[in-house]
Amino acid sequence: MLNLVRPGRNVLSHLGRRLYSSQSAVSFDRTELDSDKIDFKKYLNFNHEIVYNYTKEEIDVENVPTHKTNMCGAINEAMRHAMEKDEKAVVFGEDVAFGGVFRCTIDLMEKFGKDRCFNTPLCEQGIAGFAIGMAAMGYKPIAEFQFADYIYPAFDQIVNEAAKYRYRSGNLFNVGGLTMRAPCSAVGHGGHYHSQSPEAFFAHVPGIKVVVARNPVQAKGLLLSCIEDDNPVLFLEPKKLYRLSASTVPDDAYYLPLSKAEIIKKGTHVTVIGWASQMYVLEEAVKMAEEVGIDCELIDLRTILPWDVETVINSVSKTGRCVIAHEAPHTNGFGAELAATIQEKCFLNLEAPVIRVCGLDTPFPLVHEKYYVPDNLKCFEMIKKVVNY
Amino acid sequence: MLSRVKCIRPLTSAKRFYSKSELLTTPKYPGAVNAKFTKDLVFHNAVPNEPVFPIFHIMDLQGKIINQSSYKSVRETLDDDTLVKMYKTMIQLETMDTILYNAQRQGRVSFYMTNYGEEAVQIGSAAALTETDEIFAQYREAGVLMYRGFTLEEFMNQCFSTSKDYGKGRQMPVHYGSKSLRVQTISSPLATQIPQASGAGYAIRLSDRKDVAICYFGEGAASEGDFHSALNFAAVLKSQVIFLCRNNGYAISTPTSDQYKGDGIVARGLGYGIHSIRVDGNDPFAVYMAVREARKMSTEKHVPVLIEAMTYRGGHHSTSDDASRYRTTNELTYWREQMNPIFRLKKFLTNEKLWNEENENQVRDDTRKKVLSLLTSVEKAEKTHLDELVTDVYDQVPETLKEQKKFVDAMAKKYPEAYSEGH
Ligand SMILES: Cc1ncc(C[n+]2csc(CCOP(=O)(O)OP(=O)(O)O)c2C)c(N)n1
Ligand SMILES: [Mg+2]
Repeated sequence: MLNLVRPGRNVLSHLGRRLYSSQSAVSFDRTELDSDKIDFKKYLNFNHEIVYNYTKEEIDVENVPTHKTNMCGAINEAMRHAMEKDEKAVVFGEDVAFGGVFRCTIDLMEKFGKDRCFNTPLCEQGIAGFAIGMAAMGYKPIAEFQFADYIYPAFDQIVNEAAKYRYRSGNLFNVGGLTMRAPCSAVGHGGHYHSQSPEAFFAHVPGIKVVVARNPVQAKGLLLSCIEDDNPVLFLEPKKLYRLSASTVPDDAYYLPLSKAEIIKKGTHVTVIGWASQMYVLEEAVKMAEEVGIDCELIDLRTILPWDVETVINSVSKTGRCVIAHEAPHTNGFGAELAATIQEKCFLNLEAPVIRVCGLDTPFPLVHEKYYVPDNLKCFEMIKKVVNY
Repeated sequence: MLSRVKCIRPLTSAKRFYSKSELLTTPKYPGAVNAKFTKDLVFHNAVPNEPVFPIFHIMDLQGKIINQSSYKSVRETLDDDTLVKMYKTMIQLETMDTILYNAQRQGRVSFYMTNYGEEAVQIGSAAALTETDEIFAQYREAGVLMYRGFTLEEFMNQCFSTSKDYGKGRQMPVHYGSKSLRVQTISSPLATQIPQASGAGYAIRLSDRKDVAICYFGEGAASEGDFHSALNFAAVLKSQVIFLCRNNGYAISTPTSDQYKGDGIVARGLGYGIHSIRVDGNDPFAVYMAVREARKMSTEKHVPVLIEAMTYRGGHHSTSDDASRYRTTNELTYWREQMNPIFRLKKFLTNEKLWNEENENQVRDDTRKKVLSLLTSVEKAEKTHLDELVTDVYDQVPETLKEQKKFVDAMAKKYPEAYSEGH
């Protein structure tokens, strides 16, 4: 049975609770799991209706011409729209001409010609630098890194060049037209170098934006906004989602807001925050929690940098509890930034420590992937934990 | 032979894209289409008097020795037994590749990369090395390991992440490594091993060793910045390193025509002051001799050497790739049927009476049986223990990580079915 402090609690009740539980406030031991178990098998073929939701105020899917497509198709469409709209939009990267190793750039070379969609030599540093140069000339390069795990040779160009181009020149120059795409995150068998989620590295770099999408509708609208945005943007694509079930996507171009988190399920007991493919895991965890009477508010952060503090703070102020989950390692993952800001801004409303459920502080493993990732059961257990705190 | 090829992808009858006479005499390696053959083993330190760097060879495209003097020199250090061992390794490699490729298609292993078409460059070079040379490889060099003594069981333990995998099941299949064979563990990020090999070759020189570090990489990887810094460092710092580029015409779908405009990889060596040579990578004698002489030069003069071995990637890039999307059946047929380095050496050995069909069938059958039986055993074998999830990140497991591991253990204890195999 749950003994929840109702939302809207006052400071006194909060303080009383803190005194009462001061021991565990010091060390929040994650190994002490609740004895209640859930039948996890129910969630093996789970229908992710919440993750496939969209906010009606942001996008109209009902009254416009639509079609079904998966994430890969949606990303391809976004690039096609951008290239149709603006002659200066150009797509390139390793193996991009034949459609890309994930088929996201398929038909773009045929449609727009070899000058606007082309293979580059195999060099990420070159891809980023080349893209920056084009952007400096007023073009809209859309550069593909074959895997986010292989973006590091381009780190210098992204961190020291793209991110600082405007600031260091006093806005004489900028590379706002630059968009970089990279497939990221776990797929079940990727090991160290086909599984990484490097968002936190880039979240430490003022001057670039970092955006991630959770489904086809989001991917198309967010990528179009990234291309349109007048700042260099890194668009991370959870490659596990490329071929997942299709959803209904508007035929035309549309734009979803950057730096705006989305509450994809309202709730009262605990705020649960994630992004990218982790949203699927979290939806399952949230449904598990519902079974035991916990009503979660589920937030997709969508833009990692600059992030939507307001939506997160309002939610946690209301619920008083928060669980953040991401695949990247725990220490210094982007969850750390969220947790720090939440405790700064919501201190008096918090009923429990903010909890992060993350990848371990190890390289991404192959054979033990399922133990490494913050799966639905870990997230569920931690949701219970913050609620029972 | 053909039936094995067919299980990869059905080949239509070969309608060649070059004329027949050209086909028999002229090299058509996509990485240097206009290069001519040469019988002179020259490590260039200046641009040759030809428009394109020539390709050193000893055996023609039909497996006949056409370069007697070099052949003689090769045979001074390469006896019959070694030659037969080289060929055996080539067909063992091909047999293992075919079974593991198909195992991936059947969902029995998550991923695989074949070495088809590049057996001669791998094994010809391995045969010219000593046991104490240090290997820095890319990923398409299983033959080098195999020749040095990496067993079928060791290959399979890695691919199936068993508890006997030296890498403790942490990396994808084909990321082999062996301390005893001096093969640094493979890493997927391309070209990173090239400057590392320069550093190793420098350390080897400082220790007065008569060894080299040999670094294998693809022509695609040679576009990375790491390649260029590696060559410059090695030249300036007099590193005992051999850079061996496998120019197989493709980097996944990207043909060499989209990779570089210059004369392949060999021409780049000169810019850094490195003696450089281009060899027929499908001619095991030429590869052997080039590596043997490069070793000699490197260990005696304390310099790096660059070898560009022209070859052709005979299979898909990996099991995640479908090469029919970017190359024609005709092209593939030409390489797999006409230019196959295994056929070439087999013809030669058969003519020399060093090999016959009976030997062939026996080695292939034995290998097939061995790999198939290993396949069932490694599938059932115990995987690496969960405790290894957190070891080796550092020499000691940090406290924070120990705590994270406790949580994992508690979860596994609470939900054993969820974390057991099959879920
Ligand atoms: C830094 C980096 N970028 C991209 C990749 C993805 N990738 C893996 S293999 C490959 C092609 C390599 O081609 P090449 O070096 O010619 O070797 P080959 O596969 O032909 O043997 C690419 C692009 C990678 N592994 N590392
Ligand atoms: Mg290649």
